[in-house]
Amino acid sequence: MSRQRISLRTELPLLAWLVILWGALWRDFSPANLVFGALVALVVTRLFYLPPVELSGRFNVLHAARYAVVFVGQVVAASLQLLWLALTKGPAVRSAVIAVPLRSHADLMVTATGHVISLVPGSLVVDVDRANATLYVHYIDVDDAAGAERRRREVLAAEAELIRIMGTREELELLREEERMVGAADRGKAGSR
Amino acid sequence: MTLDPSALDTVLTWVAGILMVAGSALSLSAAVGLLRFPDLITRMHAATKPQVLGSLLLLTAVGLQLRSWALVPLALVAWIFQLLTVPVSAHMVGRAGYRTKHLKDARLSVDELEDVVARLEREHAARRPGSGGADDGGADGERAGAPMLREDGS
Repeated sequence: MSRQRISLRTELPLLAWLVILWGALWRDFSPANLVFGALVALVVTRLFYLPPVELSGRFNVLHAARYAVVFVGQVVAASLQLLWLALTKGPAVRSAVIAVPLRSHADLMVTATGHVISLVPGSLVVDVDRANATLYVHYIDVDDAAGAERRRREVLAAEAELIRIMGTREELELLREEERMVGAADRGKAGSR
Repeated sequence: MTLDPSALDTVLTWVAGILMVAGSALSLSAAVGLLRFPDLITRMHAATKPQVLGSLLLLTAVGLQLRSWALVPLALVAWIFQLLTVPVSAHMVGRAGYRTKHLKDARLSVDELEDVVARLEREHAARRPGSGGADDGGADGERAGAPMLREDGS
């Protein structure tokens, strides 16, 4: 087994998180406790080796804050919708398993998109095709192919948000390109009418 | 306008109370969903998701009621771990449920995974001629070595 050495810089977010976790669990953020927490974090990351998470190197805090609010709103709306569905449709509800090929092939991006999709009630990742970066998502309350298409676009929209927050520059560039094309198509449609 | 401490106290207690009732209502909605939905995966939706929001509301209520800043990071960590683990458990149960055919097919309007799984199972059976007939054991749900979609290059 070959162990790829990780630079301290790549490991820094993980270490910082572990130190914060240590402080939170002790409910004590005094410097002495944090220093000891840092020591524990170093020992733990040396002993229990994990493959490094490949970060893209950019993180847009503004987008992240905005999306966090949007996301909580989605969770609230979907929770109420699910309750309504349970009360009204119940056993007669129809669902669908939808294949969604994602734009990004990065593991972190596929995982993050899957997490966000799973956290919004009403959708659940049933399977992942890692080689093709395709999520198979189970959606509740989908009656036909048009509904499935709408849900597919929802997943892609969630991925687009995540790319804006922490995708690589190439992914962001691709996304902008795509949006320009969609915008041009819309204008074309409006012009022909 | 300045609030005297006792008025602030009352307001915080009321907010905490409302949050607790709302959080419990979400747990109730999970229970209703469990009773009403037809199959494993739709029940998974009801059982796992509203409770993420419910736990956030309850943790906020506890934080407001105890009024201790030291508790905030702890509650935040508890919620972050909820966010990280709930999708994983939902995915594992959902995936196992799909592969062992605990879904009522008539309830699916669109299924784009079916063909992929069927193809992988055929390939898997072809590679291991001894095991043969991988498709007949759907009902017992104990198909050893079901092919992994996640394998690289598959």
